[in-house]
Amino acid sequence: MPTPSRYWREIPQRYRLEAAKCKNCGYIAFPPRLICPRCQSRAFETIILADAGKIVTHTIIRVPPQPFSDQAPYAVGIVELDDGVRLMGQIVDCAFEELKVGKRVKIEFRKIYQEGEAGVIYYGYKFVLI
Amino acid sequence: MREVAVIGVGMNKWGEHWEKSLRHVFTEAAILALDDAGVDKIDSLIVGCMSSGLFVGQEHLSSLLADYLGQVPVPAARVESACASGGLALRMGFIEVASGMSDVVLVGGVEKMTDVCGHEATYALGTAADQEYECYHGITFPGLYALIARAHMEKYGTTREQLAMVAVKNHDNGSLNPLAQYPFKVTVDAVLNSVMVADPLRILDCSPITDGAAALILCPVETAKKLKKPVVKITASGMATDTIALSSRREITWIESTYVAAKTAYAMAGKKPEDIDVVEVHDCFTIAEICVMEALGLVEKGKGGKAVEDGLTSLHGKIPINTSGGLKAKGHPVGATGVAQAIEIVKQLREEAGPRQVKGARVGLTQNMGGSGGSSIVHIFERS
Amino acid sequence: MEGIIGYGASIPRNRIKVEEIAKVWGADAPSYKKGLLVEEKSVPSPDQDTITMSVEASKSALKRAGINPKEIGAVYVGSESHPYAVKPSGTVLAEAIGATPEVHTADLEFACKAGTEGMFIAWGLVKAGLIKYGLAVGADTSQGAPGDALEYTAAAGAAAYLFGREKVVAEVLETYSYTTDTPDFWRREYQYYPQHGGRFTGDPAYFKHITGAAKGIMGKAGLKPGDFQYVIFHQPNGKFPFRVGEMLGFAKKQIEPGWLVNKLGNTYSGSSPLGLTATLDISKPGDLVLIVSYGSGAGSDGFILKVTDRINEVRELAPKTRELLDKNRNYLEYGTYAKFRHKIRKAE
Repeated sequence: MPTPSRYWREIPQRYRLEAAKCKNCGYIAFPPRLICPRCQSRAFETIILADAGKIVTHTIIRVPPQPFSDQAPYAVGIVELDDGVRLMGQIVDCAFEELKVGKRVKIEFRKIYQEGEAGVIYYGYKFVLI
Repeated sequence: MREVAVIGVGMNKWGEHWEKSLRHVFTEAAILALDDAGVDKIDSLIVGCMSSGLFVGQEHLSSLLADYLGQVPVPAARVESACASGGLALRMGFIEVASGMSDVVLVGGVEKMTDVCGHEATYALGTAADQEYECYHGITFPGLYALIARAHMEKYGTTREQLAMVAVKNHDNGSLNPLAQYPFKVTVDAVLNSVMVADPLRILDCSPITDGAAALILCPVETAKKLKKPVVKITASGMATDTIALSSRREITWIESTYVAAKTAYAMAGKKPEDIDVVEVHDCFTIAEICVMEALGLVEKGKGGKAVEDGLTSLHGKIPINTSGGLKAKGHPVGATGVAQAIEIVKQLREEAGPRQVKGARVGLTQNMGGSGGSSIVHIFERS
Repeated sequence: MEGIIGYGASIPRNRIKVEEIAKVWGADAPSYKKGLLVEEKSVPSPDQDTITMSVEASKSALKRAGINPKEIGAVYVGSESHPYAVKPSGTVLAEAIGATPEVHTADLEFACKAGTEGMFIAWGLVKAGLIKYGLAVGADTSQGAPGDALEYTAAAGAAAYLFGREKVVAEVLETYSYTTDTPDFWRREYQYYPQHGGRFTGDPAYFKHITGAAKGIMGKAGLKPGDFQYVIFHQPNGKFPFRVGEMLGFAKKQIEPGWLVNKLGNTYSGSSPLGLTATLDISKPGDLVLIVSYGSGAGSDGFILKVTDRINEVRELAPKTRELLDKNRNYLEYGTYAKFRHKIRKAE
């Protein structure tokens, strides 16, 4: 069982969508990083990502990995938020037939998975169709 | 830099080897390579293996395998680049001989995947992706390629049938390969009706879970000539990285790392895509083969599906791809794949490929890829 | 003046009908529907819990209040289905809305009135001048034992309220709490489902405390039922709110806008708070609103609110309660519902 540190460290990103914007060229790094991949600058400012966007591509996971073994089938997609940043996340609360490239979605705070019946509960962002 | 030759190849039959441990699987393949080369002492060992730690709780493969090969105290390294670990081992071995650092290098790849259950194997393979921003959200390997497939189908009109044809072609070839995990043919219908893994990819679009190993012996071309063996030279090694997360790629449908690695390799060998006679690519999923063909410049961007449909890449087509059966039919013991690709090309150039032989093959290319395109390694081989 | 400066609701989109539950247990659906005046209830998706719904409801409350979350001085989550027995729901909520680290947080439980308890405390701290803004949420993903009467009504939902003294949407004029020790409904530690005293949960419990609190607060404020535009009572089923309303002298039309239970079920700590969000959604400046919650164990909290002009500016800034209730519904059959609610015993 991993110690909670790995999860806790990412809370600003997972709960509040905190990203780092390069002060030099405007590139938005999510998650934040130390070096801008576009201009190699080291100076960033904290911003919050947009809370809605559109589906770029999607799939339905039917053979899940270990922590998600009791959740399949579930939809995962890449969404381009209204500020241009692309994220991967589950698309929930819709019939699979409703998934279409280009559809608008918004971010909701949901449970991602939990460490069995006694471990930590992991939260984060997912997408719902608007 | 010295010219480098491949003087020995060794590969065991790939499949589910319940009775064989990782060290056993590797040593078997290494023995075949050493015997093929007529060599019993090596100067260096490089092994590619993605995840022995997660699959069998074993790290420190460098020493473990040097020991089991009876080659201690030879210097050894285990290298990793997800599914391109084998290709990376080949590249490191090539650099070591080319630089003059070592003369006889054993390059191997191995993966022992069946000692864990399905969910854990899926998890281990997922570590090639971004753990905190892709795996955290429940994505799997098939899922990543399914996202690419959907995007490719939307953008270029690639069809489900065209994807299936990649699997059919590779099984046609694999049915001629006695070492393949699944040496039998499949039909388009069988692929289209197989169980869904991650929409739109079905189980027959996916390479399998396999135990297996492959090994090569490299040495300077001058030494190879002395040994009076058919000399197959490695004339180029190109590698490139890209963002680890698929959502950070510039274009989801384009494998930039393969394009850059291939560009480097073509320049190094002084060759163009049309000069290549036979190719082994990383068809971890059917869509991957289509995207890689485009990135290698073998067909126009977006036209990969049509090319497969038109038979361009079949055994007797203009550019035969994956005559070995590819990852799909041959199997995909992750760390071994990159090395096995090289073995198929060497066999083709030595005219030892039997019913899979591409007539007059003189120049071959291997493309090995890690994750969803986070790393690509391209090698070019030529018959002297 | 101090009062509500923002409010928000969160209701899962899944529903299950009374007929679907009755079918499995061989019960008579029409008589349950008639006796409870409930048609269907909300069911949380497996990835929704008290915490996730609290976050979504609070985000809506923040949109209406238009304040900087860093200035929230206290965050309370009232529920009887907190995801952890030890580790507050409030800290996750506070992080998610950006109120940390300078904030008081606590989790509350008092059966179905934990939400209004939090509201009382948050408002009190604002009134005392100890904090600038306070957030209180009533949220639950309550469970009813399979085959038990409560299974037809135990539902999921959340309502969030931000309190402050500027840009007030509904001024708090009066509060009152009526409490006794009455074991009408309870759940022991480590038990999965609650137990209840059957018909004992009526007169000595629900009716005694709601009438006690309603009379108490109206007496304190010098008001009569006819002075109020709207009244919201705790809604364990469709009948009780109308019966207690009648007992106290309220008319049906005062109760109807906040009466959600027939389509929502009993959202426990979210019950009267969601009735209030639905009422605020349709209220007009100057309206007097009475809300009386009920929590088994037992007690009732009362609030008298006066809606201000600002309601017209904030109403549309976040999803309205009836929209969440009526739109986009996804009906489940019992098997999927049982899977979602973890009622099926699986291998470890």
